[in-house]
Amino acid sequence: MGLALVLALIVAPEDADQGISQRIFYIHVPIALTAYFCFGLGAVKALLLLWRGDERYDLESYVAIHQGTIFGALTLITGAIWAKASWGVWWTWSSNQLVLFLVLFLFYCAYFMLRYSLEDGPRRARSSAVYALFGVALIPVSFLAIRLAEDFIHPTVFTRDGPQMSGTMFATFVVSWGAVTLLAYVLYRVELAGKRLDADLRELREALQ
Amino acid sequence: MTYLADVAALTRKDLRVELRGRDTLPAMLLFVLSTLVVFHFAIPDDAGESAAYGLLWVAIVFTALLGLARAWVPEQEHGVLDGLVLAPCDRSAIWLGKTLATLAFLLAAQAVALPVFVLFFEPLDATALAGVLLADIGICAVGSLMSAMAAAARAREVLLPLLVLPLAIPLVVGGVGAAVSADGERFLLFLLLYDAVFAVLSWASFEYVVTE
Repeated sequence: MGLALVLALIVAPEDADQGISQRIFYIHVPIALTAYFCFGLGAVKALLLLWRGDERYDLESYVAIHQGTIFGALTLITGAIWAKASWGVWWTWSSNQLVLFLVLFLFYCAYFMLRYSLEDGPRRARSSAVYALFGVALIPVSFLAIRLAEDFIHPTVFTRDGPQMSGTMFATFVVSWGAVTLLAYVLYRVELAGKRLDADLRELREALQ
Repeated sequence: MTYLADVAALTRKDLRVELRGRDTLPAMLLFVLSTLVVFHFAIPDDAGESAAYGLLWVAIVFTALLGLARAWVPEQEHGVLDGLVLAPCDRSAIWLGKTLATLAFLLAAQAVALPVFVLFFEPLDATALAGVLLADIGICAVGSLMSAMAAAARAREVLLPLLVLPLAIPLVVGGVGAAVSADGERFLLFLLLYDAVFAVLSWASFEYVVTE
């Protein structure tokens, strides 16, 4: 992570068009990719839960989606900062990826609302799992929808194809991506361990009573 | 064949309950009409004609939500759902029956609301109407599953819109696009894709949502 920051902030050459603000790219894009990965992982675990009926997948799916939502929120924040730096506004509807993340963020916030208003048990696990599966179906469908919506909301498509990435830039990007993925994985393990400890403790307390 | 007979019986049951109780349809009708009147005051005169189409879609989505919120209430009040789950029929037939019944209510409400929209605001062409129909199918398919999920939860009235609205965004894109875009067929195709993906997903996953 530290290495990635050093590379991103100092080593990588500055973008000719965007200058210093382009450096947030090395944080923003890996975070966004990691969020997708977490949502996908959550859906895979959800599918395994429905398939095998093993309780432990419920917690794993929940923790993965929780991480995904946190990284999704970070994507929105870093995206807003980048938009402010390069386009002068905090929010723009012409960036498809940002709009998609907003839709997904709303969707996964509803996931938590659903989870916390159902009684603990196998039914909650299955309902959450079904909703998580709807999430991964929603990602491509929403992306397509947002692409199509440009047609009548913005007749001209905003393209922001910068120059091709040079070798150092690409290397920096890969290191950052690896670092963020590693961070997400560590957070995932830590939260999972904490949640499991919590569940064990509750079971023990109930057994003692 | 028995599957279709089960679905037909379940749909008929919902329609008959509605015919006797009149709990849902009058509310949907009155809601969509009042919303259209509110729109007249909400859109400035110089907003242009496209704004009216956008607001029509807000009205459609919220009317559908109103119907969906009531969808499982009769089952919930009398413990019918447990009986249905135990009945010797495929569980997905329960979902399909409910989807068709909700779709029937929504179409009935729109049979009044769309002519009123044309009278008050802008004309609707065949592509726009096809868009309405396809989006109705999508929102009823997804919504009746989400409504069954929310029915088991605390604060289900609050939860249902939160669950459905993010999923309804692509439908609104498709519906508005079909109404205002010169190339409306592309949006109809997109709506068809949405319906297919989410109907299959809802059909396959309903069983997991209602069984204990």
